[in-house]
Amino acid sequence: MMCDICGKKKATVHLTEIVDEQMSEMHLCEKCARQKSSQMEQQFGLADLLAGLGDFSKQIEDTEKVDLVCAHCGLKYEDFRKFGRLGCSECYENFKMHLSTLLKKIHGSNCHFGKMPVKMTQTDKATVASLQDLKNKLAHAVQAEDFEKAAQLRDNIRDLENKQK
Amino acid sequence: MNINDLINHTGEWLKGKGSHADIVMSSRVRLARNLAKRPFPNRAQKRELEDIMEEARAAVGKIDLLKKCEFIRLNDIDQIDKQILVERHLMSHEHAANTLGKALVLSKEEAISIMVNEEDHLRMQVMQSGLNLDDTFALVSGIDDELSKYLDFGYSMHWGYLTACPTNTGTGMRGSVMLHLPALVMTKQINKVLTAVNKLSFTSRGFYGEGTQASGNFFQISNQVSMGQSEVDIIQNINGLIRQIVDQEEQARQALLVQNRPMLEDKIHRSYGILKSAYLISSQETVELLSLVRLGIDLGIIRDLDRRLVNDLFIRIQPAHLQKIEGKKLNASDRDAKRASVIREKLTPNGH
Repeated sequence: MMCDICGKKKATVHLTEIVDEQMSEMHLCEKCARQKSSQMEQQFGLADLLAGLGDFSKQIEDTEKVDLVCAHCGLKYEDFRKFGRLGCSECYENFKMHLSTLLKKIHGSNCHFGKMPVKMTQTDKATVASLQDLKNKLAHAVQAEDFEKAAQLRDNIRDLENKQK
Repeated sequence: MNINDLINHTGEWLKGKGSHADIVMSSRVRLARNLAKRPFPNRAQKRELEDIMEEARAAVGKIDLLKKCEFIRLNDIDQIDKQILVERHLMSHEHAANTLGKALVLSKEEAISIMVNEEDHLRMQVMQSGLNLDDTFALVSGIDDELSKYLDFGYSMHWGYLTACPTNTGTGMRGSVMLHLPALVMTKQINKVLTAVNKLSFTSRGFYGEGTQASGNFFQISNQVSMGQSEVDIIQNINGLIRQIVDQEEQARQALLVQNRPMLEDKIHRSYGILKSAYLISSQETVELLSLVRLGIDLGIIRDLDRRLVNDLFIRIQPAHLQKIEGKKLNASDRDAKRASVIREKLTPNGH
């Protein structure tokens, strides 16, 4: 079987897409598949979308001028974009939407796993631990394409996050 | 602290001991931390920087692990001394450049150093000899835990530790390993290795820090990503990568010995000879020759030299060290002479 895109090389990657309940199949060579997958990643991250943790401000950020200012230290978001340094720990809360996307771009993830300050209350530590655990399971479920379980985990994460607010 | 004491010693991380010490010069872990709701150093006024420094000093004073550390206000020491701290890998160039409200916490053996008010309020670093990221992390993490009892660190449940630059957010951790890879360079396999390193989201840079060219066949490998993986996972990944590179360097060394032994012996002994007899030598040439001598020690081709002494020379031949040893300012050509004499003295019994 030859590649559906270039028609020159042997198809070694077989892709099944479901759009509006319409299933379509594609057979691609390695090179075209790589191109296709980077295109898809740019359009949307499947895992993000599914997890509902995705952030659609990307489009906004790129086209609109952002008039945000950190209420705590007075840093303008525009200045952060210019110089790449934040002004204080509160900037993270005040620029939350934009930073969420940015952190994901930089690190490939926007959730912290690992240490927490000793001083945090036991309840908070437990919450962080369960959040990290759920997010870990979610990543595994997405990887295993167990979408039902992933959706359930996503809801659990949301509930836990809402409880804190 | 008297900087003279520093230059008369060899830092803990240069001892040439520990796992894979022939190829792995040192392991380093640093954690970035900031005080919650306080302006980051780049946005802070003098008063605020001083306040933060005082708060850090008070916390450091309460901690057993840091009891024997010196708290150095950078405004209190002269330019050469600041440069010596940079040359010894205890702080960054940036930290030495504008010293207003900045300090360095430093342990005697140079294993622990904490930059106060660099890009972040605290940059804690631990360095050890050989491949030993696990213990290195354990120590710096212990210091972090202790400090966090007294200092209120900026932290988010989702994003972890909040840093001035978003490339450090999350764990705030950078684990680095300094590798000496002369055989991979000689056999022209190094680019392949470095390309793989970059693909795996790790970065490499030279012996003399960020933005420097790799020199003397030294390559510093560190993690690029600080969020989405726990500290322990990041360290495991670095360890895995380093073991592979070490394996490849070992294989390349063996291949050179088997296929090109006379050429290798010639190169190594010539390098040793030049270093022992030169009266003028640039830092670039020194570093290249020292690298070959170090390889000679590792392969048993040079038997009358200690690896630690060579490690120490890589540090000692830098401009601020030479000027400190001489006790006065030296221009570039004077430094080449002083460098040659320092090397001769270290490598030959009577230093003629």
